[in-house]
Amino acid sequence: MPGQQEKILDVRNLQTHFFTDDGVSKAVDGVDFSLNKGETLGLVGESGCGKSITSLSILRLIASPPGKIVGGEILFKGQDLIAKSEAEMRKIRGNEISMIFQEPMTSLNPVYTVGEQIAEVLRLHQNMGRKEAWEKAVDMLRLVGIPSPEKRATQEPHELSGGMRQRVMIAMALACRPEILIADEPTTALDVTIQAQILELMKKLQAEMGMSIIMITHDLGVVAETCDRVAVMYAGKVVEYTTAKNLFENPKHPYTIGLMNSLPRLDEDVEELVAIKGNVPSPFNMPTGCRFAPRCPHATELCHSKLPELLTSDDGSKVRCWMYTPEWDGASKTATEMGV
Amino acid sequence: MMMTADQTKKPLLEVQNLKQHFPIKGGILGRTVNHVKAVDDVSFTIFEGETLSIVGESGCGKSTTGRAILRLDEPTSGSVFFEGKDLLAMSKSQMRSMRKDLQVIFQDPFASLNPRQSVAQILGEALAIQNIVPANQRRERIIELLSHVGLRPDQIDRFPHEFSGGQRQRIGIARALAMQPKLIICDEAVSALDVSIQAQVLNLLKSLQKEFKLTYLFISHDLGVVRHISDRVMVMYLGKVVEIADKKSLFDSPQHPYTQALLSAIPVPDVSKKQERIILRGDVPSPINPPQGCRFHTRCPLAVERCKTEVPALTNVHSTHQVACHLVP
Repeated sequence: MPGQQEKILDVRNLQTHFFTDDGVSKAVDGVDFSLNKGETLGLVGESGCGKSITSLSILRLIASPPGKIVGGEILFKGQDLIAKSEAEMRKIRGNEISMIFQEPMTSLNPVYTVGEQIAEVLRLHQNMGRKEAWEKAVDMLRLVGIPSPEKRATQEPHELSGGMRQRVMIAMALACRPEILIADEPTTALDVTIQAQILELMKKLQAEMGMSIIMITHDLGVVAETCDRVAVMYAGKVVEYTTAKNLFENPKHPYTIGLMNSLPRLDEDVEELVAIKGNVPSPFNMPTGCRFAPRCPHATELCHSKLPELLTSDDGSKVRCWMYTPEWDGASKTATEMGV
Repeated sequence: MMMTADQTKKPLLEVQNLKQHFPIKGGILGRTVNHVKAVDDVSFTIFEGETLSIVGESGCGKSTTGRAILRLDEPTSGSVFFEGKDLLAMSKSQMRSMRKDLQVIFQDPFASLNPRQSVAQILGEALAIQNIVPANQRRERIIELLSHVGLRPDQIDRFPHEFSGGQRQRIGIARALAMQPKLIICDEAVSALDVSIQAQVLNLLKSLQKEFKLTYLFISHDLGVVRHISDRVMVMYLGKVVEIADKKSLFDSPQHPYTQALLSAIPVPDVSKKQERIILRGDVPSPINPPQGCRFHTRCPLAVERCKTEVPALTNVHSTHQVACHLVP
C-alpha cells in the first residue's frame, strides 16, 4: 500500500526534549511515521507517551523554553517544517495543516460568537472580506451538521452543547480546506452517542474534501473505527507501525499485545484481564535498553541493555522489539541458561 | 415488588422511588424558579455479593443516585433500605455510624486524597473516626491494608503526589476497605486511568470482592468496563431507569432503543467486525424541562405518538430483565 500513494507528511527521527530544572525530559525521542494523501493515521498510546507532543511539534507549537525540537525532520510536501521561520509557519497553521483539540470549550474564545471565530480564520488566511467570510462561516456550520446555522453563528460557545462545540471546532479547522487535519483526542470528552456522531462526520468530510487525518487517541476502538495505519507509541518512541488490519489481527510488540489484553471488551467475556504490570517510566529517567523492558513479560538481558531498532518484519509491519530479530534466539537461550 | 430476581439472593440495598431535584434559584429574591430533575423516581435492588452497575451518559443521574444513597446530597424523596433499615429516615449521627458499611471510591484519586497527609494519616484518620481498631494496632492494620491493595509497607509514610494515578486509586480503595464495608460505591473509579493501569485496578477490585465478600455499586460510562465487572446492569437516561437486567441478557439482547443505540455507538477494537451503527440525532435534552412522556422520545428512532404523552413503566421482559418502553411488549 505505501509507496504508490502520495506521501504528504514524512516525520523522521523526531526528537522533542524539555529542558527543565529537574533535568531533561525526553518526551519525544525518535518518532518516525509518514502520512499519505487521504488516509487516516492513528497515533496511539497512553498518557505521557509523547503522542500529543509529536503533533504539537509538527505544528511547531512547542513552548520554547522549556521545549525544543532537538533532532529529526518533519517533511511536509518535501519541505522541512523545522527549518521554517515563524512567519512561514503561521501561513501553514490553520491553512494547510490544522488541528482540533480534546476540549472544545478551552480552545474556543468565550467572548466571540462562533461565526466570528470561523470567519476570522478565513479573513486571515484567504483574505476574504467581512461579509464573504461570514457567509462562508455559516456554510461551514451547515457542512458540519449544525441545525439552523444562521442563528447558531451568532451565538457564543457557552450557548452550545459539547458535541456542537466540537462541530464548531471542526468547522473552524476545515474552513481553509487544509491538507492535513490533526485531531488530538477529538471525542474523548464526549459521550459515546455524540462521539459516534462526530466520528461519522469526520469520515464524511474526509471523503468529501480528501484531506489526510492524524488521529491521536488512547482508544483502540476509535483506532479500529477510523484509521488506515497506526503508530503505537510508548515512552517517546514508536514501538509498532503498521496497518490497522495488521495491528488488530496480528499485534507484534509485547506492549501492543498488553494493551489489547488489558482492554475490557464489549464483545467477549474474560474472567480476569491480563494487565501490564508496573508503570510507565519517568521521562527524566528512561531505561537504557528497550523502554518497555521493565514491564515486558519476555524481557531478557539483551532487552535491558540495548535499545532495539524499528525494523520491518515479514508482513511489512514495523516493530521495535528484539523478539523479531535474529539476535533473539541467542539472547533467549542465554536467558534460559541464566535461569531468567 | 419490582425485582423478581433470584429468590435465593438476599437484598442488601433497596432503593425505592428515589428523587433528587436540585432547586434553581433565580430573580432578585433568590426564589426557587425551577428544579433540575437529576434523579426522578428511581427504584432498584442490590443483592448481597453482587456488582450492580449504573451506566449512562453525562447528566443521566448515575452519580447523583450514588451520592443520594450515601446522603452526600440529601435526596428530595424516596427511601433507601440498607439491610432493612431506611437510611433516609436516620439522624445525622446514626447515618455517620452506618457509613462504615457503605464506602465510596471516587473518580479522581488526586482530588479525593488530602495532599498534606501521608498514606498512614489518610488511612489512620479513617480508622480513628470509626474507631474500629485500637490506636496502638492501627499502623499494623494500615500495613495489612496496603498489602491487600498491592502497595508496599515502606510506602506507608509517603504523600499522594509521590504515587502514580493507579497507585493513588489503590490508596482510595484501601481507605474504603479500612472500614470493612459491606457495600462500596465505585463512582467512575477507573475512568481516569490508562487502560493498562485500569486493568490492574479492575482485577484488584474483582479479587477484593471475592476475598471480602463485597457488594459493589459500580457507576461508569464505559460499557466495556461495565461488562467486565458487573453481574447486573442498570441503564439510566435523563434521571430515569430505562432498562435493568443481568449482564448477559442486557448485552446479548438489549431491549430499549436507547440501550441499543448506546451499545452500537461504542467503537469495537476489532477491524473485522463492522457493525451496524444506530446514530442518535441531537443532544440529550435539559433535565430542567425534560420531555413529556418517555424522556427518550425526542431522540428515539422508533418513537410513536403514545411515547410523547405517556411515561412508560418498567415492565418484565423476563424475570431478570426489565425495560421501560412502550414498544417492548
